[in-house]
Amino acid sequence: MKLVVAYIQPHRLNAVKQALYEKEVVKMSVTTALGCGQQMGYHETYRGADIEVNLLKKLRIEIAVTEPYVQTAVDAIIAGARTGKIGDGKIFVMNLENCIRIRTGETGEEAIG
Amino acid sequence: MKTRLTLFLVLMASLPIMAEELSLAELTLRANNTWMLVATFLVFIMHLGFATLETGLTRSKNTVNILFKNTGVLAIGLLTYAICGFNLMYPGEFTVGGFFGFSGWGISPPEGYDPLTYADGNYTYWTDFLFQGMFAATCATIVSGAVAERIKLSSFLIFSAIFVGFVYPVLGSWKWGTGWLDDKGFYDFAGSTLVHSVGGWAALAGVIVLGPRIGKYVNGSVKPIMGHNLPLVAIGVFLLWFGWFGFNGGSVLSAEPEAVSYVFVTTSLSAAAGVLSAILLSWVIQRKPDLTMALNGSLAGLVGVTAGADVVGILDSVFIGLISGVIVVVGVSFFDRLKLDDPVGALSVHLLCGIWGTLAVGIFSPETAGLGIQLIGVAAYGAVSFVAAFLIFLLLKVTIGIRVSEEEELSGLDIGEHGMEAYNGFQIFLTQ
Repeated sequence: MKLVVAYIQPHRLNAVKQALYEKEVVKMSVTTALGCGQQMGYHETYRGADIEVNLLKKLRIEIAVTEPYVQTAVDAIIAGARTGKIGDGKIFVMNLENCIRIRTGETGEEAIG
Repeated sequence: MKTRLTLFLVLMASLPIMAEELSLAELTLRANNTWMLVATFLVFIMHLGFATLETGLTRSKNTVNILFKNTGVLAIGLLTYAICGFNLMYPGEFTVGGFFGFSGWGISPPEGYDPLTYADGNYTYWTDFLFQGMFAATCATIVSGAVAERIKLSSFLIFSAIFVGFVYPVLGSWKWGTGWLDDKGFYDFAGSTLVHSVGGWAALAGVIVLGPRIGKYVNGSVKPIMGHNLPLVAIGVFLLWFGWFGFNGGSVLSAEPEAVSYVFVTTSLSAAAGVLSAILLSWVIQRKPDLTMALNGSLAGLVGVTAGADVVGILDSVFIGLISGVIVVVGVSFFDRLKLDDPVGALSVHLLCGIWGTLAVGIFSPETAGLGIQLIGVAAYGAVSFVAAFLIFLLLKVTIGIRVSEEEELSGLDIGEHGMEAYNGFQIFLTQ
């Protein structure tokens, strides 16, 4: 089991969800995030003064998958989120020790699916 | 003791006023003019109503931009109206047979100005200017909502200056400036056509030239782009209804008790009827009652009754409102089907209900104006306003461009156009 965590541009969420849905990956959590990376920041001004904003608005998607779905999920996220410009985001894949469904008490791969 | 002393001083101070003998004409002027100024303030507050309404119905990332446009338009509207608009709209003498006249730059009272005879002694020249100036700015604000979330700020401001400074007043002179449509007997009490559908036609031109927002129409289907703050929408609508007492009540152009109070009643009943039919229809069509439709229903009823608020009957005003509420619900889907993206429903409210209200005068009060002349008026205003706005937008499109870049539209016009956020310190869930 793996946990796929992706940071994407907010406006790509619909495309990513659509791409995942087409590959039958339909369970996910989405939260807002602020992040900085290669994209660097942008300028704001407030009452005449400059502000350097380097934390950009991103969305964080978390998907717990069984091994056969790892590459599928990663590919789908890329398909939905990629524009080719700096700032498209990153995907992290990490081992997932266990997963428990609260309602039934199921664990492991049963709980994921 | 102290109270008595104060009372004494107040009485002493007011003695000279009480001693001053005012003629009946002077007293009438004071009463009427005071009401006209109150009406002016009420129309002014409608701009706050438009600002919050448009803000609430669009996405949080475009909030600064919407508020900025509404502020800019009010300023541009008033200044251009002072520079040339007022004298284009009320030229006195027409140079081109009831179509165009201009009585000079700037504002100054006419020769031999006497407040007691100007406007039948009902209000002063200055009240006249400001009341009409507030109306002019309203017309451009209507466009602002329809083109929101994608229009370039600079282009919008230039458009507004030309439209409010020139197109709106020249068109207005045809009726209110006693031009050719006034001669033919066309009737528009407070501006269903002159203000609302003229603004609506311009909005339609803008929407066509601009194209829809990214993500609104995908693969042939309509994807709703939700507004971010319905409480602000409600505040805006209530402010607009409030302001409409001045918009219609002030259009009586005096404080004549029977006329003003009657207009208040028809105006309110039509708004209420608009809410009711919009609620019922949205409940039936969308299976759930839609708050944005209910609120827009009141605006629809208000726009609808504006053309005949002083001449239609009480039941007629209710009927006008009911139909307006239906028009706004059906209109929103109708424009979506044509892929005309109007984020706030300005086309349905101002354009369609403006036309309906104008025709309604011909239907419910044929003794005021026949349906035929009302149709001619609607068509004439529609043709000229739409074509003029279309040409201005097209000219701006081929010169400085009218649409922000795709990147800017996606990250929001607040950062792109202004480098500013509306909700610093809040966590905003941006997904569109």
